[in-house]
Amino acid sequence: MMATEELGTLLDTLCPMFVLVDDAERVGQVGPTLQKLRPDHPMAGRRFLDIFELLRPRSATEFPALLSTSGARLRLRFHDSPQTTFKGLVVPLPGQGVTVINLSFGISVLDAVRDYALTSADFSGTDLAIELLYLVEAKSAAMEASRSLNLRLQGAMLAAEEQAYTDTLTGLKNRRAMDHILGHLISTKSSFALMHLDLDFFKSVNDRLGHAAGDYVLQQAAKIMLQETRSDDTVARVGGDEFVLIFKGMTDRRKLNSIAGRLISQLCLPMKFDGSACGISASVGTALSTQFESPKAQDILHAADLALYAAKRNGRSCHRFYCEMSDTRQSG
Amino acid sequence: MHGLINRAIQSFVCATYGRQCWLHATQAAELDFNEFEAMLIYDAEISNRLLDVLCTELKRRKPEFLEDLGTYLVSHPNMEDLRRLLRFGGVTYVEFLHSLDDLSDQVRLAVSDLTLPNLELREQSPAEYLLYCFPGLPGYSSVMTGILRAMADDYGALVILSNEGRQNEADIISITLVESAFAEGRQFELGARKS
Repeated sequence: MMATEELGTLLDTLCPMFVLVDDAERVGQVGPTLQKLRPDHPMAGRRFLDIFELLRPRSATEFPALLSTSGARLRLRFHDSPQTTFKGLVVPLPGQGVTVINLSFGISVLDAVRDYALTSADFSGTDLAIELLYLVEAKSAAMEASRSLNLRLQGAMLAAEEQAYTDTLTGLKNRRAMDHILGHLISTKSSFALMHLDLDFFKSVNDRLGHAAGDYVLQQAAKIMLQETRSDDTVARVGGDEFVLIFKGMTDRRKLNSIAGRLISQLCLPMKFDGSACGISASVGTALSTQFESPKAQDILHAADLALYAAKRNGRSCHRFYCEMSDTRQSG
Repeated sequence: MHGLINRAIQSFVCATYGRQCWLHATQAAELDFNEFEAMLIYDAEISNRLLDVLCTELKRRKPEFLEDLGTYLVSHPNMEDLRRLLRFGGVTYVEFLHSLDDLSDQVRLAVSDLTLPNLELREQSPAEYLLYCFPGLPGYSSVMTGILRAMADDYGALVILSNEGRQNEADIISITLVESAFAEGRQFELGARKS
């Protein structure tokens, strides 16, 4: 049988974090890497459990029995700071009164290399610690690259969504966005007013002065509608010269009537495109969510539509509320 | 070609010749974008076209341009992460040279769809080595030459590198180690990772 000194020399190379413990639970020899963790406090001669706290098994009373159990596994931690944790494997040497406990950092190796400035030379040549450290760094770098791609993709997605909900000519919301907002208001049982606004004489501007003039008129009209509404109201262009305005939380007929009145009078002001006058006006029909027992998007849009046509029949440039009681479905 | 490779070229050109030069090259090569994404795969033809344009515009021979790229990958502060990964290869330059046999596997372990050509180190004597760069990525041996040169500086070793031509499709780089501890070299601490 090998002398313990020889054994120690062998273990220095094979597993540089070993500890030899005698029957009295005192530390004999210690591997160079393990001793490097406490350079000013030689471990040899001290009680094993004075240096290490036993985490698993929990009870220190089991320790003597463990020392004679080949293959027993331990979880340990330094009593003093930094409280590095270790995995330990017990192998008793029969008849020698000595037990080898081989320690390893396990996952705590990431902190240990930093805390103790360890180098490759501190690990046995077959230890996977260096490969683990390499992988952690390589994977973090790769993850960082993926993360920055994800962030850019998320930005692009938001921009695309914004675009998908925007009418590119006027910058107003489009029909999709309007449907979405309307659906949301209904599902949250919010009260609101929905105005359907139609530009009168728009077709004649387009025919007479061309599409550029038509586009200009639409853009000016959009600007007016944004000016006359609050920032959390919705203004959407839902067709060629048709707009829908949604006023969240507003069902006061007097206020709505005055908003509609302002919109009409602003839109009726003469606009000039390339020196030519483009005279338009607007007709407006309004329906309130409170006019329905269980409002549905389709029904409210249809109601505002009916009110709009009532306004048109009334000679344009005016505003009508939907009237649920009247057979002709119009009211003043 | 993997986005990481394209991204390396982009980073090298921007850091060395300026962003304007890069933007100009992407236009001249008729790319319809000017930023490569590190984690996407691109058609190899795009990268080749871009390299041709860059070498023409900068009036550089392609092997020299690629060798400078290799040097950049190790020595520029932008590339500290990569330098560290390479330094995991060994404690000395010679250990690092031996670790090159595993480089393509190590790279695949980190980024599973990044396939680099195999490398094989043959030791002629303790001071003379041949590195065989097997095919798979045109110009790889030029980039490796730059990397080997910059890593020698990093370890503080003095080496002479030369291109020994091609044998059975493998490009051969000869490495002569004049002195393994010629200069101080740069620091490498295992635990210096960003947290």
